[in-house]
Order: sequence, then structure tokens, then C-alpha cells
Amino acid sequence: MKRFGGKVLFLDRSDINTDEIIPARYLTEPSRESLKPYLLEDIQLEGFSPTKDLAGKGAIVTRANFGCGSSREHAAWALEVNGIELVAAESFARIFRQNMFNCGMLAVSLSPEIIDRLFAEFSGKETEVAVDLEAPSFTFTADGSILEVPFTLSRFEGDLIEAGGWVELADARY
Amino acid sequence: MGKTVAEKIFDAHLVDRPEENVFVLRLDAVFCHEITTPLAIKDLEARGKDRVFDPDRIKAVIDHVTPAKDSKTAEQGRVLRLWARRHGIRDFFDVGRNGICHALFPEKGFVRPGSTIIMGDSHTCTHGAFGAFAAGMGTTDLEVGILKGVCAFRSPATIKVEILGELKAGVYAKDVILSFIGRIGVNGATDRVIEFSGPVVEKMTMEERMTLCNMAIEAGATSGICAPDRTTVDYLWPFIKDEFSSPEAALAAYREFCPDADAQYEAVISHDVSDLEPMSTFGYKPDQVRPVREMENTPIDQVYIGSCTNGRIEDLRVAAEVLRNRKIADSVRGIVSPATPEVYRRAMEEGLLAAFLDAGFCVANPTCGACLGMSTGVLAEGEVCASTTNRNFSGRMGKGAMVHLVSPATAAASALAGHIVNSTLYRG
Repeated sequence: MKRFGGKVLFLDRSDINTDEIIPARYLTEPSRESLKPYLLEDIQLEGFSPTKDLAGKGAIVTRANFGCGSSREHAAWALEVNGIELVAAESFARIFRQNMFNCGMLAVSLSPEIIDRLFAEFSGKETEVAVDLEAPSFTFTADGSILEVPFTLSRFEGDLIEAGGWVELADARY
Repeated sequence: MGKTVAEKIFDAHLVDRPEENVFVLRLDAVFCHEITTPLAIKDLEARGKDRVFDPDRIKAVIDHVTPAKDSKTAEQGRVLRLWARRHGIRDFFDVGRNGICHALFPEKGFVRPGSTIIMGDSHTCTHGAFGAFAAGMGTTDLEVGILKGVCAFRSPATIKVEILGELKAGVYAKDVILSFIGRIGVNGATDRVIEFSGPVVEKMTMEERMTLCNMAIEAGATSGICAPDRTTVDYLWPFIKDEFSSPEAALAAYREFCPDADAQYEAVISHDVSDLEPMSTFGYKPDQVRPVREMENTPIDQVYIGSCTNGRIEDLRVAAEVLRNRKIADSVRGIVSPATPEVYRRAMEEGLLAAFLDAGFCVANPTCGACLGMSTGVLAEGEVCASTTNRNFSGRMGKGAMVHLVSPATAAASALAGHIVNSTLYRG
């Protein structure tokens, strides 16, 4: 089972698609690890620099419909090999969200109000998120500000996280 | 209480319901290609689980970059090829027999009403045109599908879309689906199934229905579905004639997967296309759509006709008719990729390839290549392409390039004009 949390990268746009997360020209790479340098290379986001802004990050907070478009699990893997194993968003595209849990990673939907508040209070600062899977809740901290955000995880999602992904769980169950 | 198409298919395939909103279904088919399958194969090997649930229900093709363009793509093909041989997967389509998965597999008769299909490819929703529940998945779901023949889905909440009216000349299934995505947005049907119905769909050929269902994912939908009817049966008849005594008998059996009159939909949307004009996208999202009329004089560097959306024989006929006895603009590179060897052969026999060649098009082999900027028509930075494909995402057909999604008729007309233009200019 993975351990979640770390420095937060804020991506202030909806509908960030998987072509932006990992362009198709890298889908011929022979391993997950080899995707590492190309994460978010084609993202359309003013002022964002992959080389500068990705360093040391462990989580992403973003807007609606994150991960839309192509089914490529390479998007989840490119995040994983960069140490980002948690994405909190207003909503997710179906396949991306399922890919995250299938890899034992967290894709958590939060209300638009909470997402707005996170952007307003924590974006642009050195923000860290800690994750309590028992509660379950996030604790965001930056410059003395602290915000605790409860979230929901279904039993099946919890099973996937605990099993470290879908392959072993499915092979044991079916 | 009545049921939707997807609910009926879920009922007929349910293996487990680990919680209220998760349905584990038995799969009738698992489709594979060389981009998303090799890492599933390698992972199964690494876990000591290099097995397949049923070699006859797995279909595989090399289609994204074919013939291989470099050592990495050659290796991806090799991994898929050796795996197919090792497990006795007879329906494996290699160079010379390969075509774009979502055109090839229906053409081979692999898609049947009421069946469940997954593939590591988001445009798997195309196969819903046959009244199947077909969904694109990631590599891990594909891997589990290959190993166990099951897949987990969330509740099949369905949006019914009634397409009303009558299409004007020069307006096609592509324009219908672009206009609909423009209306509901790229997040408008996320986690939902779309059932396409109404008089316009009833009149559509199977190829037009595939174009329609193909782009359901661009609105976020899990699957786009057209209920099976006589058109479906007639298309499938060569493949099912030994299973049924008559087309009527086949239709009666397939009606099991038509929606009940009192089916419960999450929403019902009427989409009247009587006044619809040819449409084009204008930005980096497939819901950024406007009439071609408002896009005229947008200069283009390349026109691409092909893909799982619009690379079938009817698409090539429409484009060739616009191009016949004309030349494309000097400033434009035209590329056509018939979606399968069969489409290629028919296009040759019908004289369509001659029309493309005479007009100045490059006739490429069947492949997905250019659509996702992998091969056979990648754009340079700053270039613009009018394309019959399905995604205009930033970088999609080449880093820093712009893609405008259009119908084959609009693409062909735009190649002649050198800028985006309505095909009615070149009619007759």
C-alpha cells in the first residue's frame, strides 16, 4: 500500500486531458519509469513550467474533469514515477479516475467550494497535504494556515488502495 | 420498472456487485492494440500470471504505428505478436491485414448486440453502434480483462439523446456529433452512457452510427449506444447467418437489448438537426465548435482524412466525390488513410483512390498514426490541419500545431480551397 501526501502542485484549469499529462509521442516508451521527464509537457496553462513546478511535488489539486480524453494509463504512471500519487479535483474523467485506483493511487473528488477555497488560501504558497485514510481526511498546511478537509472513499476504492491495485484483487476474487 | 440498453446488458453479464455502485461484468470480448497492451503483458509476466481467460474472445491488432516507424514501435509490435502466438490468439492482425481497431473489428463481425467489450483505447465506445456495451479502459483494466474476463464498472446511468429532424445535404453524422458535444460540453456525459435514438439515428447506416458513437467519449461518456434494429442485423447478417434462421429471427433475438418504453433515464435530451450546418472545432477542446461558415478563410497546411471516426468506405466516397476532377491547393498537403485493408481494396475498386491521387492526395496505409501525432502525417509547430479525426487537444497531431475537426466532405473541400470551407461549394 502506498503512503500519500507531500507538497502540493496547483493546476488552475478544468478539462486537463491525458494528452497534456503525457503526449502520445511518449507512448512508445518501454517502461513506466521512462515516462518521468515528459509529465505535463504539453499542458496549456499560463506560467506553468514542468521542469520548475514539478520538483518535489507529491500531490495535485485541480479543477473539474481532470484526465479527460485518451484512456492511456501512462498518465497515471507518469504522475506515479514523479512521486505524485494523489490528485484532488472537483471531478475526474471516468477512465483516468479508475486508472488511479487500479494502480493503488488516490483520485479524490472535492466540492467546488472546497476546491475554490484551496486555490484561494493555499495556491502560490509552499503547501503540504497530509492524508489520514482512516478518517478519511486531508490536512492542508501553508504559512501557518491549516485546513482539514474530509473526503469519502468507497469500500471498493479502499480495497483497491489497500491491495495496491486491481490486478491482485481481481485475481484473488474472480 | 423498464430498463435501458446498458442496464439490460449489465443484468445479463453481472458477476459481482462489491458495493452498490460497482458492477463487475463478464466480458464477451477484449480488444487489444500495440500501444496499451504490451505493458499489460509485461506486468502479467512480472507477476507470474502470463495467462489469457479465453484466446477466442481476445482480438488483437497492430494499428497505431504500422508498419513500425522505429525500434521502439517495432518492439511494441513484437511484444504483442509473440504474446498472441504464445497464447493461440487466432484473431491477431499484423502488417498487411491490419486496420484501425474500431473499423477493423466491426468489419470482421466481432461486435454483436448485447455484448460487453473493453479495450485499452478510449474510442472503444464506437462499438456501441451495434447495441453493445463497449468501453475504453486503462492498461490495468485491460490486464485484468485479459487474465480473468471481467471488468468493474460504475452504475450505467443513461442519458437518452433523441436526434430529431432531417439532415440537409452536405451535413453528416460527424456534424451531428460535433454539434452535440458543443452543446453538452466535454464533461457533459462523464460516467454516463448515451443512448442515441430518434428518426435521424434510425435512418443512419452502421458506419454513420459508428461515427456518432465514436465521439461519445469526447463528451466524457462511458459508451455511446444505438439500439439494435434491422440496419444492425443487415450489416451483421454475413456473420450471423448460421446462428439464426432469418434476419427477422436475429432481430427478434436482438430486441432483447432494445430499451423498454418505460426505461428510466437520468436525462432525455432532444437534439434537432434540421437546421444544422457543417461544423468545425476551433480551439483545443472538442466542445469548442462552430459552423464551418464562421471558420471560412482559416488557412490550413494539411488535410487528413481517416481515423476510427471517419476512415470508412462511406467517408472516402463522400470525400472522393468532392475531390473528383479537381486539384487540391498548392499550399496544402492532403493525406488519406483508409481505415482497413478492406476499405482500401474497395476504395481502389470503386476508383476512389484514383480520385484522391489525381487530386494530389497521399494515399497512406491503414493506421491511427497521424490522429495522435505518432506517425504518417505529424504536424510541425504552428501548422494547422483540417482533420476528420476526433481530438483537437493541444499537441495532439504535433507539438504546437492546431487541429480543426471536420467531416470528410468539409476536409476534402478545404483541401481544394486551401482554407476551411463548406463542401457545398464543390457539389456536382
